[in-house]
Amino acid sequence: MPAGGLHASIFLEGTFMERAFFLLFAAMAIGSGLMVIMARNPIHSALALIVSLVQVAAIFVLLGSPFLAAIQIFVYVGAVMVLFLFVIMMLDVRKEARTRFLEKGIAPALVVLVLLGGEMIALLLGSQRFPVLSAGAAGSIEELSKTLFTDYLLPFEVASVILLVALVGAIFLARKETD
Amino acid sequence: MVPLSWYLVLGAVLFVTGAAGVLLRRNVLIVLMSLELMLNSVNVNLVAFSHFFGDFRGQIIAIFVIAITAAEVAIALGILVALVRNKATLEVDEVTMMKG
Repeated sequence: MPAGGLHASIFLEGTFMERAFFLLFAAMAIGSGLMVIMARNPIHSALALIVSLVQVAAIFVLLGSPFLAAIQIFVYVGAVMVLFLFVIMMLDVRKEARTRFLEKGIAPALVVLVLLGGEMIALLLGSQRFPVLSAGAAGSIEELSKTLFTDYLLPFEVASVILLVALVGAIFLARKETD
Repeated sequence: MVPLSWYLVLGAVLFVTGAAGVLLRRNVLIVLMSLELMLNSVNVNLVAFSHFFGDFRGQIIAIFVIAITAAEVAIALGILVALVRNKATLEVDEVTMMKG
């Protein structure tokens, strides 16, 4: 059956490419995530975090959610990280570069982290419940927006009120005491 | 097709990386950035489940997570600016005003 064989080989090739891209993005995300917590200079941390967030946006594209990838780049990279960079450059970070890590409490924290990571990885790799593979492919942006603006309208409005409160609160907190 | 467990392992590794940053670093700014990393790893899990189960709700919750994160960062950086103005420090173990 040449036709079937051809289709199978194309399918396998597509799978291979997808996995290769996933591994590339995942390796970049994890590597730059490690750079976030290892870098001495907060600016370097912020730039590494931007790289990591962009890689995660690429993974969202692989997952068939281009809208979330765009939101990720607009909100995280465009707004949140620029805010971070502004604050880092506003504050004096040069004298903060003495020691990177806390001096006490390292050992318990490491134990907690090893336990947490080991437990999560063991649960994920040991569980038989995940391979539920369906061709679900969560449809188009149109359906997403319909669900968001009908079933989830109240949470959406609450989120916008929370954003407003955060805006007012941030202005109030960062204001100089003049009177 | 990439198996679901790969996405979940990626989410777990990013989460532990972020937790390491929160628990080990001294600088408040980097603790906040590590917190962003943890929230983002949760988003990876939500979107992966949304894709593999063919259900929108994962994506919708991820959108809310992103919105709430933006609010949280704005407030946290406001507090940070006020803190530096009052105490001139960015280190987590020198901020003990609330005797925590």
